[in-house]
Amino acid sequence: MEYVALATGLLLVLTGLWGIASQRNIFRIIIGFSVFDTGLHVVLVSIAYLRGRTAPILDEAVSKGQAVNRIVDPVPQALVLTAIVIGVAITALMLTFALKLYEKRKTLEIESFEDLKW
Amino acid sequence: MVKKIFALIALAGIAFMLWGLFKSYRHQETLPRTSRYYAQKGPDELGSANLVTSVVVTYRGLDTLGEVTILFSVASIIGFFLKSRTQRELKAEGFRETSELLHTSTAFLVPIIFLFGAYVFVGGHLSPGGGFQGGAIIASGTLLLFLATPTASRGKTIISLVESVSGVAYVGIGIAGIFLAAGFLDNRILPTGRFGTIFSAGAIPVIYSLIGLKVGAELSAILYKLKDAKEDE
Amino acid sequence: MIYFWVLTIVICAVMLGSAIMALYHKSLAVTVIAAGLVSLLASILYLILAAPDVAMTEAAIGSGLSTVMFFYVLRRMRGGENG
Repeated sequence: MEYVALATGLLLVLTGLWGIASQRNIFRIIIGFSVFDTGLHVVLVSIAYLRGRTAPILDEAVSKGQAVNRIVDPVPQALVLTAIVIGVAITALMLTFALKLYEKRKTLEIESFEDLKW
Repeated sequence: MVKKIFALIALAGIAFMLWGLFKSYRHQETLPRTSRYYAQKGPDELGSANLVTSVVVTYRGLDTLGEVTILFSVASIIGFFLKSRTQRELKAEGFRETSELLHTSTAFLVPIIFLFGAYVFVGGHLSPGGGFQGGAIIASGTLLLFLATPTASRGKTIISLVESVSGVAYVGIGIAGIFLAAGFLDNRILPTGRFGTIFSAGAIPVIYSLIGLKVGAELSAILYKLKDAKEDE
Repeated sequence: MIYFWVLTIVICAVMLGSAIMALYHKSLAVTVIAAGLVSLLASILYLILAAPDVAMTEAAIGSGLSTVMFFYVLRRMRGGENG
């Protein structure tokens, strides 16, 4: 199961990168980034998974003593938790810049922004 | 066309590297050393039943502080770039009057959504949930308010007040850890209590509630600024 | 167990399909919805992979708030969508 999830995550990363590299519209590039982001999260969570184990939360089903042998890895999950929030913040920032660019030029075609080309 | 070919070559290189990663992955039977420490010692040391929470709030608390800082700077940068329209400009733009149904259901639902968000972050050390999830739920409630009354611009002061107060209190509790317990952001400044009850795990519920309020306020502020952005000529 | 296998494979297939759709569909509104669908299905996948905390965050933030953010910006860009 975790192999399927890992492969899907890596394929999502590739899809997002292809979108970032090949699209011309800035809005579509940002959507590609968002797909790329989700793919990275899937990769990290599927690496944290251990077969036949349960979520890292102790209750009646999993007591303190059994925890080491019954739970999946909590550290990558904590990492992904913060990564999701940072991802949405970065997306908001990119959308703001895209909005400002659109107001200046009335277009989102990336080929029309060539101030730094010579 | 040439650019696409270059992009394809670069992508093929990355795909090759990722394939190597996938091929070398073997599923593990035991936890790595750090995680084993957290699983063995975590519940007794910190008293939190949810191990993800204990990692996020205490063991890697500094990361979370940095993450909240990033959210804060993103919200300020967006506020710097996007000027909000005034209430008069919003009215002049002529929003269609929202329906009776939306108004009534908003008045009924928003308090419940806020209450659920608070429940999610207060119980973050016992069950799945915590500051980030609860904050996002609170931001969804604010979003419903924005949808029901698009011309109102009241909540702004409340949002910035909640944001700054919870941020200062979070850092204050972190500094209190230096003097009263083992170090910065240590949760044992309060008694750890009985394992598995709501008043346990020391300062973890307090810190996570503050994070929840902070994240909810930041996300609401970002949504607010994107909603009211003014076109400048 | 076999049930979880089938669910995982179906979810992964739909995720990849909607990721392709998020890049190549003509209408920008549909691409935003497809990107939100990728996030939503990812949150179910996290639940299967024993990560309920991450699943809650992804469902609330990834598929809820960020989709709305995209739509708020899209509303301001009328006329720029063909490009």
